[in-house]
Amino acid sequence: MPSHLLTVITFLPLLGVPALLLLRADDHVWIRRIALAVSLAEFAISLFLLRGFDAVNAGYQFEEYYDWISRANIHYHLGVDGISLFLVLLTTFLTPLAILCSWQAIHENVKGFFIALLVIETAMIGVFVSLDLLLFFFFWELTLIPMYFLIGIWGHGRRIYAAVKFILYTMFGSILMLVAILWLYNLAGTFDLQDIQAKLQTGMVLLPARTELLLFGAFFLAFAIKVPLFPLHTWLPDAHTEAPTAGSVILAGVMLKLGTYGMLRFCLPLFPDAAHRMAPFIGILAIIGIVYGAMVATVQTDLKRLVAYTSVSHLGFVVLGIFAFSTISVQGAIFQMLSHGISTGALFLGVGMLYDRRHTFEIKEYGGLINPMPVLMSFFLFIALSSLALPPLNGFIGEFLILIGTFQNHHVWAAWAASGAVLSAIYLLWAYQRVGFGEVTVEQNRNLPDASGRERLILATMAVAIIFMGVASPLFTRRMQSSTNNLLNQMERVHNVSRPAMHNPAETQTAVVARPQKNSSATAISLRRVQP
Amino acid sequence: MIPFPLEQIVNFHRLAPEIILCVFGIVIMVADPFVQAAHKRSLGWLAFIGTLGGLAGVYLMSRDPGNAYNDLIRADAFSIFVHVIVIGAAALAILGSFNYLDEENIQRGEYYALVLFATAGMGILVGANELVTAFIGLEMSSISTYILAGFRRRAIKSNEASLKYFVLGSFATAFFLYGIAMVYGATGTTRIDLISAALQKMVAEHGQVAALAILGLALMFVGLGFKVVVAPFQVYAPDVYEGAPTPVTALLASGPKAATFAVMLRIFYVSFGSAGNFWFWAVWGSAILTMIVGNFAALVQTNVKRMLAYSSIAHAGYILVAFAAGTDIGIAAVLFYLAAYALMKIGAFLVIAHLGQQGEKRLEITDYAGLGSRQPVLAVCFSLFLLSLLGLPATGGFLGKLFAFQAALDSKIVWLVVIAAINSVIGAYYYLRVIVAMYFWEPSKEYGPSKVAPTLAFALAIAAIGTLYLGILPARVLDLAKVAADSIYLR
Repeated sequence: MPSHLLTVITFLPLLGVPALLLLRADDHVWIRRIALAVSLAEFAISLFLLRGFDAVNAGYQFEEYYDWISRANIHYHLGVDGISLFLVLLTTFLTPLAILCSWQAIHENVKGFFIALLVIETAMIGVFVSLDLLLFFFFWELTLIPMYFLIGIWGHGRRIYAAVKFILYTMFGSILMLVAILWLYNLAGTFDLQDIQAKLQTGMVLLPARTELLLFGAFFLAFAIKVPLFPLHTWLPDAHTEAPTAGSVILAGVMLKLGTYGMLRFCLPLFPDAAHRMAPFIGILAIIGIVYGAMVATVQTDLKRLVAYTSVSHLGFVVLGIFAFSTISVQGAIFQMLSHGISTGALFLGVGMLYDRRHTFEIKEYGGLINPMPVLMSFFLFIALSSLALPPLNGFIGEFLILIGTFQNHHVWAAWAASGAVLSAIYLLWAYQRVGFGEVTVEQNRNLPDASGRERLILATMAVAIIFMGVASPLFTRRMQSSTNNLLNQMERVHNVSRPAMHNPAETQTAVVARPQKNSSATAISLRRVQP
Repeated sequence: MIPFPLEQIVNFHRLAPEIILCVFGIVIMVADPFVQAAHKRSLGWLAFIGTLGGLAGVYLMSRDPGNAYNDLIRADAFSIFVHVIVIGAAALAILGSFNYLDEENIQRGEYYALVLFATAGMGILVGANELVTAFIGLEMSSISTYILAGFRRRAIKSNEASLKYFVLGSFATAFFLYGIAMVYGATGTTRIDLISAALQKMVAEHGQVAALAILGLALMFVGLGFKVVVAPFQVYAPDVYEGAPTPVTALLASGPKAATFAVMLRIFYVSFGSAGNFWFWAVWGSAILTMIVGNFAALVQTNVKRMLAYSSIAHAGYILVAFAAGTDIGIAAVLFYLAAYALMKIGAFLVIAHLGQQGEKRLEITDYAGLGSRQPVLAVCFSLFLLSLLGLPATGGFLGKLFAFQAALDSKIVWLVVIAAINSVIGAYYYLRVIVAMYFWEPSKEYGPSKVAPTLAFALAIAAIGTLYLGILPARVLDLAKVAADSIYLR
């Protein structure tokens, strides 16, 4: 039976747009309510995905397949698997919170703001569920414009500079990806991901090593800019610092994952050989990102910039996990994507709440806040602890799985990456100490109001999600498992078939690691260990 | 009984659009002295009806395609496709002219007549199956547009535009004519389809194409390259586009470009298809130069009208990328691009025409500050056209670029595509700058909201809906473009 669940989930937020347009521009109350109602309905509907999802099935589920531009062989092809399932849920989970946190912070052009948030939700979900390369690119580029407006109109200080930098950086990467997509299309005669993958794997389409490397490079560059991977990260601190809170939450929570998701969905299965050849370099860049991001975060004087740099560090872990090519590390990477979305999203929400009170991000303007605002700052501490990977909270699971998985294949990488976990404790706790503990240093701060009911609701929801992901992680990894195994198996098969001459011991070892049987038990062990 | 080739002569219907357009043009000229100054606008409506009649003529033409006038004119799917673009562009430009001419106080009948004559000239250019006929079409459209460019006769800039366009344009058409003469000398024919056969015979007999024919082709490339505004023949364009009345600029940037690209396709693909290796590198180099010159010059403009003039140079470069492909897919890509380009460019220029106000004084980018909050609907429309020019998905501009790049990659012209791709990101900067001004800057105190006339609103709506239609549901137009591409070669 054909299910239209994914279409509904993808386009439901867009239905809210005409509803908002019909309202009067100064009717802020109803604009907010309708935006929130739409996003909550969206979240509720997206939960149906969980119910119908078959964890054993490694392929795509809830598939929809229609002709769109038949002459050019472009299809409307949607589907989710274990990799994208939770990313969709993460998007639908964070959007209502982003709307809720903008309840009072946004006064000007309220209608436009919520329209932008809803459009961006559609675009991001579209990216996660598209199985046609062109459809994917469509949604990929569609995410840029609303975010550009979010930063440019409702941002702080140097918002225009940040918005333009953000969009030009991303476009530069994605336009080369478009060329690569067209190249693949000319070889395979289709934009359909599964067809192209099948043709590459069966050898119907042969990619010379150099071509494969170029195509991989074009895709990878686009994703690496989005993630952002170490030398390409410079747009991120600006974009984050200047964006409004909701923009930062969406940006850190979901948009950065578009990059890592793209690596998993396209770079690895389509160009396994190139991925293997480039993995050493990418791994090193990821480790540099982990350490460098953490070190730069430590010395920030601007609270929001600090949180922005933690993203560079945390997403370094994700990239490392992906390019370590073991089932555990890839699962860890997916898990870390989710938990980073929750933790960093929550950090930005907390920072945004401080900003709403004092209109500054400077750390030295705060201090001793735990006295006037015990509730808000307690939640803040809890979120910081989850972000620095304290067991049994969510951050721990992801980083731990990544480190174990990486250790199986690359001892040295894991050793270097582990230092990032230590550094994250330094920068977060030190920042928290300066903001929360000690005497109240700035007189103004003495009478700040504690968290309001709305803020408590937001923070409590986040806290519940953090604990839930930490203690119930098997609920997540179980559903990811068969898809990640499938992904790595496909990679190894192609890798070994196309390069029979390269059977050195190291390669064989990788192949063994990727065998599902062994890994499922390993995952089970690791999960049992981390359960409280 | 002597077989009288009646169908060779009595096939007016294959020239129906041009005939209808010219008849309306003449009627307007004749009626003009009898219409009071206050009612000149009714002549505009007559011209608009003329363009609708022209479209009806295209329908007549499409009922019975074939050659006409002893094979001088060719009514094929290709011709029909470009006819629709050209006449549609003229119709939108006329709709956008009503209030503009009122405001500039130059509401006259001959303006509309000239638009119709120019359109008829473009139609002949598109349908020409013979080089001298093409030349006549080119001259007819050029001379009309020379006058139109100077229609704001009290404005110095407009005079400059007209004069510059006329002097340089005459040079260019002379080049074209020279080229025709040389090709005729080399092949003994000026018929586009017969040149191809003559060249093949030449290769079969002598093993190569005569240098004279190649020289002729090069001269024709100069003449036509001038009209489609590709580097290094682009120098005049920014001044002319900036100086001409803005609705005329809208027409100049879309109609003649489409028609001239069409005739270029016929000459290069059909006549000199076998000599592809001679023109490929010329097109390749010209494409790169055009994109770079257009984009980099546009980066530093502060005048939005002039910036869009440079942007239309850059877009000619993207079209050349598809042109370089040298295949059926390339033709279809060029045609699709032309359709999308005409819509978005006319839309953008009409917005500028409206905002320019009397004397075209409001053209600086700073004058656009805060338009997003002052006139949200107009700003959304303008943003849509700019984003389409930029090449963002869900717009016609994106799919135009996509098909262009795909066609070129299909012919393994990889580096050209990479350069074009990088160029389109450079282009993003200046399009986005206008959007930044409209939405992110504080509203300018100087200009309040202006009222959009219903006719202009209608024209903008058509352009906007068309841009989205081509971006989201391009299948039908793409099919037509492919059919048109197939029809260009003789079967």
